[in-house]
Amino acid sequence: MTDPTQARRPVPRPAQTVSPYGQGSSANLADILERVLDKGIVIAGDIQINLLDIELLTIKLRLLVASVDKAKEMGIDWWEHDPSLSSRAREDSGRPSLAEENRRLRAEVENLRRRSLAPADSAASLVDDEAVRREESEPDQGTRRRGSDDR
Amino acid sequence: MSVYMSYGYAVTRADAALEEALSHVRGVAGAPVRLVGAQGLAVVVSSVPESDFGETALKARLEDLDWLESVARAHHSVVEAVFARTTVLPLRLATLHLDDNRVRDMLDRRADEFALLLDQLAGHVEWGVKVYALPPAPGSPAPAAVSAATGTSPGRDYLRSRQRQRRSGEDAWRAARDAVLSIDAAARGLAVDRVEHRLQEGELATGPGCNVSNNAYLVPRQGGAEFQERLLGTAGNLDGVRVDITGPWAPYSFTASDDTDDAQESHHEGAAGAGPTQPEAGTQ
Repeated sequence: MTDPTQARRPVPRPAQTVSPYGQGSSANLADILERVLDKGIVIAGDIQINLLDIELLTIKLRLLVASVDKAKEMGIDWWEHDPSLSSRAREDSGRPSLAEENRRLRAEVENLRRRSLAPADSAASLVDDEAVRREESEPDQGTRRRGSDDR
Repeated sequence: MSVYMSYGYAVTRADAALEEALSHVRGVAGAPVRLVGAQGLAVVVSSVPESDFGETALKARLEDLDWLESVARAHHSVVEAVFARTTVLPLRLATLHLDDNRVRDMLDRRADEFALLLDQLAGHVEWGVKVYALPPAPGSPAPAAVSAATGTSPGRDYLRSRQRQRRSGEDAWRAARDAVLSIDAAARGLAVDRVEHRLQEGELATGPGCNVSNNAYLVPRQGGAEFQERLLGTAGNLDGVRVDITGPWAPYSFTASDDTDDAQESHHEGAAGAGPTQPEAGTQ
């Protein structure tokens, strides 16, 4: 789905041919939500969520799935932005690359942090060495956990 | 001790074979489902704890997208399990009764309406068709880039490039609208009813392009392959759009009967009316 050349020509997905009876677990959440929240028979049950249901859930659905205003806004002028920005294909491939950039920046920060420790290492006084050893032996709360979270 | 309520998924015809078939199906929170029947009809229900589905709890829980997703998927999978075997009327998410007797009362009250709908929808399935307008391919020469090199006055160049951008925008919109119309026309040839859904542009909307139409079509069950084929064929001849076909779905979008229709914005139509759910071209 992320490859724009693939996406351009609609290709029947396996889900359409494999199961004679519908979408199964492969169905897109947005497609499911717009049906189970916005369609289907409404019954005033014992929990009066139709107050919530129609109002809140519809609002929620709009926020999550179908922001009409935003779509209209985009429908009018999304292609009028700078060509380098307007390409949704690029924007889409920009998402992973944003994550990629994040990772790169974090790695760089980590690098810098290490380098800022390095001069102390190279000074190589016994005290410094000990401090480094202590830092290595203690399963350091701060840096190490942060590091694993990043990955 | 927890108190349990009855969560309803769908209305269908009461049937021993179906009951047997559903005995292994799990619903919301992994609970087994059962049939609660009256007047030859049945509601597929399961028990859910009031601690999660009571009014206050539910209100809070619905704010949690992960929770909402798990309930929505569970709800949908039960509907699908019924849909795989017989005609089904899906209920809206979180249809809750205090107990099975209350479910039976409800079924009694609305039996005629449900029976009529079940007859109407028998042998039909729903197909979702979304059309997306795609931005120009990254490889193709962008009009602005072409104009940038020419001319002597930067100001005039800028205006000219803006004009071309606008023109190409209008062209793109016109192409998308035409595409929506021809795809809709192809779909209507095989569909007996159509409902427009809201455009998908929220954070859950995925895939490239801008959603310019999002319709559901009610199609005879056997017509599914031809429906897909014909739409894909039509879409294959169109540039600048992507068509996403989903289905077959249980007829979620075609269960609104006239007297129970709430204040939804969906337009329920027969074979008349057409057009993309979009603002007029040149609204700006």
